[in-house]
Amino acid sequence: MPVHSKLEKFEDNWRTSMGGWSLEGKVVLRGKDVFKELGNNSWMEYLLFASTGKESPKIARLMEGMWVICTSFPDPRIWNNRVSALAGTARSTGVLAAAASVAVSEATIYGLKPIKGATDFLYRADKRLAEGETLEQIVKTELKQYRSVYGYGRPLVTGDERVEPMMNFARSIGCGEGKYIKLAFAVAEYLSNSRFKYQINIAAVCAGLLADEGLKPMEFYHMATLAFTAGAMPCFIDTLNHQEGCFFPLRTSRLNFTGGETVKHWRV
Amino acid sequence: MSDTPVEQITTKIWRETPEPDNPFAAASCYCCGYDVYGDLLKHASYIDYLYLLFKQQQPTPEQSALLQGLAIALANPGPRDHSVRAAMSAGVGGSTHASAIIAAIAVGAGNLGGAREVFHAMAYWQQCQNNLEDWQQLIENPPQLEREDVWLPMEHVPGFDPNGVSCPTPVKETLAHLADAGKGANLRWLHENRTALEEFAECPLAFSGVAAAALYDLDFLPEQAEMLFLLLRLPGAAVHSLEQERLGWRKYPFFANGFKLNP
Repeated sequence: MPVHSKLEKFEDNWRTSMGGWSLEGKVVLRGKDVFKELGNNSWMEYLLFASTGKESPKIARLMEGMWVICTSFPDPRIWNNRVSALAGTARSTGVLAAAASVAVSEATIYGLKPIKGATDFLYRADKRLAEGETLEQIVKTELKQYRSVYGYGRPLVTGDERVEPMMNFARSIGCGEGKYIKLAFAVAEYLSNSRFKYQINIAAVCAGLLADEGLKPMEFYHMATLAFTAGAMPCFIDTLNHQEGCFFPLRTSRLNFTGGETVKHWRV
Repeated sequence: MSDTPVEQITTKIWRETPEPDNPFAAASCYCCGYDVYGDLLKHASYIDYLYLLFKQQQPTPEQSALLQGLAIALANPGPRDHSVRAAMSAGVGGSTHASAIIAAIAVGAGNLGGAREVFHAMAYWQQCQNNLEDWQQLIENPPQLEREDVWLPMEHVPGFDPNGVSCPTPVKETLAHLADAGKGANLRWLHENRTALEEFAECPLAFSGVAAAALYDLDFLPEQAEMLFLLLRLPGAAVHSLEQERLGWRKYPFFANGFKLNP
């Protein structure tokens, strides 16, 4: 019988321009020699180049500011950080804690989904504005279709204390005046005057700032993957330094069982 | 005493009573009304307990047989499967055992042969049920992602293998067995209409497609199906990872000659 799998030509054959390591000791990333051409980069510049192919100390600095100001709150109640805190109190390892917190950061009400979603929204909104739609039409369509606009609204509180310091930092390095960040605040202005009352959150601010630097949603998403680790790690260390098992213990009465009190018996 | 109400975890699945000497230890645990350690432990099978956890009721013998069959079919995807390879990659490097399972879950979560594919396939079942014309219509005009999500759009018809040639024997054997054991209408319909669907999809049925039909017969929601599919495939990942950990990296493919960096 003739073999005709689509996979056959890929067997032991991975061709790439992304990079790799050779047995001779050379390391290449996107066509550049890591030791000779990238060795003096900051880690954030290297990550930016690795993730997007862009070489920009300005974007790297902007991103670094975002990681410090916006995504690294060392509060163990925040859900992704709480996973690391629980890992510490349960005496798991720091890497497992961080890995789980990174995975959990791909959330809907915070984290990676709003980061990617807000960038995507600003690009789509800009395109539709250019096609002649009004901001009101665009926002209303978004709300009707998805019941939310990524980058606006926030759990627990309405405002976002990160917006002002982030904008101050952005301006200090020559960012914050582009069309996407202006669009992000124009949407906020519209929403604040509407019945929805959503305020801008940091995802829309970061999305606007980075869209103005040419980052696409997927590029921002890839760059933001590890953005929350500096908040998670201290939560792990903190619980590790306490008595084991003592991070917010729950007594049995903290379970609110809503399924009825009837005791059933298994039919054998 | 504070006037602030005590924050609680609300659940329809689990109830506990405390030990008299320790409010932080449970004396009895009830799962959906059944005494876990006084009754289920002695009388329920593991598969039935698994069904109870997801569906909050005892399965019928047919449902039990169907889930049992599905669990065996999925327990070990084999060492060539992407998720198992991920776990073995943890094993050969001496990574933590937890990381092997995390690796298997992460890789086995995706749109190709993974749990997200089952999620999408379940949505196809919800929309088309047993109507061949609806299936054809949906396969030819798949739903379009209008705003970006962390999940990438499907690149093939969910439940089918874009790299397949003909439907592999284990997939056909599993489909035939589950259609017979479970007495479910959807698995039977899939068994009867597999080749027609494969023509629409232009590729053969995959395990993910059989799993979706089985879980649709079991009345699972897409997100429940996604979760259970992740769980059921872990035993193989665990044991293959442990095996390769013992054997070491020297006996595991490094693809030394297969990697070609473009100039």
